[in-house]
Amino acid sequence: MATVVQAIRLALHVGEVRLGVTDVFGQDVGPPLGGVFTQSQGLTTAWNTPLDERGIVGTAIGLALAGQRPVAEIQFCDYAFNMIDLLKIAGGICWTSAGDYNCPMVLMTPVGSGIRGSIYHSHSFDAQATRIPGWKIVMPSNPLDAYGLMLSAIADPNPVMYLAPKALLRAKAEPTERIPGEPEDERLLSRMIDAPLGDRSRWRPDWPPVEDLFIPIGQARVCREGRHVTIVTYGRMVPVAMQAANRLAGESIEVEVIDLRSLSPYDWEAVKGSVLKTNRVLFLNEDTEVTNFGEHLLRRTTEELFYQLYAPPRLLAGAHVPGVGLADALERASVPQLEQVVTVARELARSEA
Amino acid sequence: MRALEPAVAEQPALAPELLVRIYDGMLRSRCLEERLIRMNKQGDGFFWIGGPGEEALNTPLGMLVHKGQGPEYDYLHLHYRSSATLLAMGADPVDTLRQMKSTSADIYSRGRNFCNHYSVRKWNVLPVSSPIEVQFSMAPGTALANKRAGGRGITIVQGGDAGTAEPDFATCLIWCSRPGRELPCLMIVANNEWGISTPAREQHGEKHIADRGRAFGIKNAVIDGNDPEVCYQELEKAIGYVRSERKPFLLEATVSRLYGHSSASGANFVSDEIDCLTQFEERLESRRILTRAEMDELRARYTQELLEATKRVRDEPVPTGADIWNHVFADRDVVGDTARAQAPASGDADRARNGAR
Repeated sequence: MATVVQAIRLALHVGEVRLGVTDVFGQDVGPPLGGVFTQSQGLTTAWNTPLDERGIVGTAIGLALAGQRPVAEIQFCDYAFNMIDLLKIAGGICWTSAGDYNCPMVLMTPVGSGIRGSIYHSHSFDAQATRIPGWKIVMPSNPLDAYGLMLSAIADPNPVMYLAPKALLRAKAEPTERIPGEPEDERLLSRMIDAPLGDRSRWRPDWPPVEDLFIPIGQARVCREGRHVTIVTYGRMVPVAMQAANRLAGESIEVEVIDLRSLSPYDWEAVKGSVLKTNRVLFLNEDTEVTNFGEHLLRRTTEELFYQLYAPPRLLAGAHVPGVGLADALERASVPQLEQVVTVARELARSEA
Repeated sequence: MRALEPAVAEQPALAPELLVRIYDGMLRSRCLEERLIRMNKQGDGFFWIGGPGEEALNTPLGMLVHKGQGPEYDYLHLHYRSSATLLAMGADPVDTLRQMKSTSADIYSRGRNFCNHYSVRKWNVLPVSSPIEVQFSMAPGTALANKRAGGRGITIVQGGDAGTAEPDFATCLIWCSRPGRELPCLMIVANNEWGISTPAREQHGEKHIADRGRAFGIKNAVIDGNDPEVCYQELEKAIGYVRSERKPFLLEATVSRLYGHSSASGANFVSDEIDCLTQFEERLESRRILTRAEMDELRARYTQELLEATKRVRDEPVPTGADIWNHVFADRDVVGDTARAQAPASGDADRARNGAR
């Protein structure tokens, strides 16, 4: 079964050979490394750039406006803060030119904590990203979604931000979530598409015949159905929410887990439908809690569904501190942990209407 | 003005017919800018920013562009002082009046942006943005597409002197001069020696901005941007070099800023800077190419035409509030359609790509 990072690589390969991707580029993206997380190994259009995030995003915009199909990478989202204005411009090109231009680019960047990445390899970006209109924003939590969302991102005529939860990059698919056409044997897949250690100058990947799978941007996934409380989440917190749901099942609390998958546009109908069913909701993500995307969802829930709620809606998010500290206790105190999710979901489920 | 080093030797004069065309373009642009300023002062537009004082540079530039759509043609990353370039390329000045008046018929932004913020996909004019210098980060992308297409098209990126302090300028220098992967990009710095109210001499220690090209092996020149003959010939040389060699060139042109930074600083005529138009008129008169009366008559005609156009534009429909929701997202890949139509055959594409990354 492919891992998330292998799924991304397979999707980029499909992008090159079937969807017109012209460039996969960024710092250390090309050979010999093929990306610090191996996401671009073996791709024919992958190339290395200067260590210059503004140049990476600016060049992607230029390529896109010239009708190319670039997939640019910022090595860690923590280094994307020096080109926020370029993200604003990319998101605004279609609107400001009143449709004269579109800007078909993909910007992928690893996000979030969970690899003991310290202060500058643990930032989240969903709150920043959702503050920039004109971008579509996706965030997979498993290999199949990583694959299908990347294909949709590449095919989209708009700028699409692809936020990859770095702690899940090595996560494997469930048996029922195999990418169509991938080998059943994960060791075989690894031999086919993972670059060897050492000299790679003569290595070429043997791409499996994976099929097209476009997961629509803006469509959430119900990961687990339940009647008592809804957890709306995305990215790295999806498996945490699922663990919490498993734990609470032992207490006869049925948790419905919704993976938004897309933050712009987002699937309000899925959120609304679930809240109308459970009447209790927890919004969960790991970005800092002040001006958090979950706050927006919570506000909309309060405004539109107030009289259907049996309990005050909750937000569980990262602590509003400047960074995720390296020491274990610091990181655990900075981003939501399983115990907190279980506790809050239990409180919600047991609160009286 | 800072004294120029004589970077340009005496050139043979251009043909009289060409000089008249250049003059005509410069004059039309000046008349347009003066009309825009009046519109702003009369309440027919919220803000003015533009290019009076850059006509001697920007009119020849527009005349020399390989105009068209897609990577076979020149891409233009201009700034908000580039009206003369647009007019020389064939833009209708009335469209600029519409942008000034924020009408629905404004083809550049449908009432969303300031005047002189152009966007013309059919001519590869990229959307002009108010943040200065960001276009220098985007230029390597279009230049890469130019190189990949394998034709004559180049990328032309223009900004002012103050913006060269931004990191985007260094980005352009570095990305366009990667060893073995040089890009066909003409970088133009219109040096008016101001950053809004701050004189460049208080902030910049470099003798010439163009000198920064030397560190990257980028051919460069400093020219008198107030002399349209010099500009035409030096632009022709620089463009020719980039077009044929597929390598970058950095051109610094000293220009004037004749009505200040923008309407925010009053937009009043500045009398202590060189007026390229007046200077050129004196030359045309002394060479007996045009008479004073002919030039006066032409100016009066353009002024009157623009005044009458303003009256018409004043009555045009304006956007409604509901229009804000249009074009947040594109539903079609309009830029990709053209590129795909011009894409070289697959073997050529592979070769072009291998040389153009």
